Amino acid sequence: MAFARVLVPPSVKRGEAIEVRISIRHPMETGFRVDDVGRTIARNTLKEFVCRYNGVEVFRASLGSGIGANPYLRFFITAVDTGELAFEWTDDAGERGDAKAAIAVTA
Amino acid sequence: MRTIKTSSIRRARRSLLMAGAALVAARALPARSATVELPSIKELDQWLAGRAVRAEWLTLEVPRLADNGNAVPLKLKFAGPFAPQADVKSIRLYSERNPVALMARFDFATPPPRIEIDTRIRLAGTQRIAAVAELANGTLYAATADISVTVSACLDGT
Amino acid sequence: MTPWAGALALAAAFAVSAQTPPIPAASLRSGITYAGADVRAMQDDDLQNPGMLWSERGKALWSAAPAAGRPSCAQCHDDAATTMRGVAARYPAWDTGASHVVDLSERIEACRTVKQGAAALPREAEDRNALEVYVASMSRDMPIAVVVDGPARSSFERGRAFYYQRRGQMNLACANCHEQNVGKRLFAETISQGHGNAFPAYRLEWQSVGSLQRRLRACLNGVHAEAPSEGTPILTDLELFLAWREQGLPIETPGVRR
Repeated sequence: MAFARVLVPPSVKRGEAIEVRISIRHPMETGFRVDDVGRTIARNTLKEFVCRYNGVEVFRASLGSGIGANPYLRFFITAVDTGELAFEWTDDAGERGDAKAAIAVTA
Repeated sequence: MRTIKTSSIRRARRSLLMAGAALVAARALPARSATVELPSIKELDQWLAGRAVRAEWLTLEVPRLADNGNAVPLKLKFAGPFAPQADVKSIRLYSERNPVALMARFDFATPPPRIEIDTRIRLAGTQRIAAVAELANGTLYAATADISVTVSACLDGT
Repeated sequence: MTPWAGALALAAAFAVSAQTPPIPAASLRSGITYAGADVRAMQDDDLQNPGMLWSERGKALWSAAPAAGRPSCAQCHDDAATTMRGVAARYPAWDTGASHVVDLSERIEACRTVKQGAAALPREAEDRNALEVYVASMSRDMPIAVVVDGPARSSFERGRAFYYQRRGQMNLACANCHEQNVGKRLFAETISQGHGNAFPAYRLEWQSVGSLQRRLRACLNGVHAEAPSEGTPILTDLELFLAWREQGLPIETPGVRR
């Protein structure tokens, strides 16, 4: 049930930096916690997170147990053309999640 | 029974107070990237495989004192501009004391306009962290930071 | 001295009256003002605030159809930004249907189970907190204003007595920290006035959003006292007293706390 909230500027000039901010609902389970009857809770982190801009990969991250729960990422990419930012991730349990954001690029 | 001299107690107390005051004063300042002295981390040493790292341009901003080890805000910056074929390809974040040393890895398939990444890391106690950036031409740049992590004052139990 | 005499003496020592909350309105301070810069930054920015992920989930649940033929929240209550504005500010409240004081979580749950025929959820279930965060966030910045007279009176009195009663291995009453020792340190933390205006809140310690009742139980564990299990009426009584005590303080849900 992982989902994300994304924030990008409504429009950017071609060639300028786009500030991308994303907040993902994910427990980022370390694998070192135990439940109330002593069983280890399995490790589950975002082993793969990819951002593609109009189909081209622009940013990739592998987030381990050293990244806090409900991860927040802020990064920059170059504005090329109007289109879409597509975010996809897979966690250690094999669950996939995705999010999208439209980006308007002016001349 | 050895009697402890009063003056040495006073000195010890004063230096403890000063250290505490310095810690409190430094709380608001971001930790500056340190020298080339990397913390001893097995996984980092294995990955470096003897390669040299440069201690410049890459900066790590973290609070000196973390409110809670579960979510410590971190900012990674690498000042450009970059020469052709010398773009940053990846940045790795290592922890000195976490059970898993490699905290994150960021890859740039397309050279970004600026290298500035914000996230929140998880720290198992007071420690040093290290960031290593690898450029397309193979050069390595590193930065380190020290963070004090406090424990919660009260038992939660819920 | 019996426990009750002790509680009343302590209450008298704090000069508590039915009309005047112990902290003057002008001196009320939200817990966020005792937090460090990083926690404040997380709460102030809606994108960084992890609690907003629960609000987002709540928003999805608001429009989701529960079971065949049953209405979604939206079908009865339309746009939450309009219809739910001000609601959280007056909870806990006496509920005529239930014939006792209920907090917002219990009120939403009653609607879900009775009107929507949805399966009951435990107090700290993610969806239950998500809906409460979403509804409460519609009252952000609105001052808390609860009614403690009339049928709510006895619940309020029970909550007040609980607040001033010493308990547990450390023999501490809530008031000992949150009225007598506000501003002092416990390890690296500063003791706040102990308000609930930011709840349900994202607590870094929990790495999750939790209700005010969860925070109260955690505090009771903290003083090594027996914490009533979730949903026990005394916790709602205490929530009502706390809301009265902090009346005028604006709602911050979802707050971020360490």
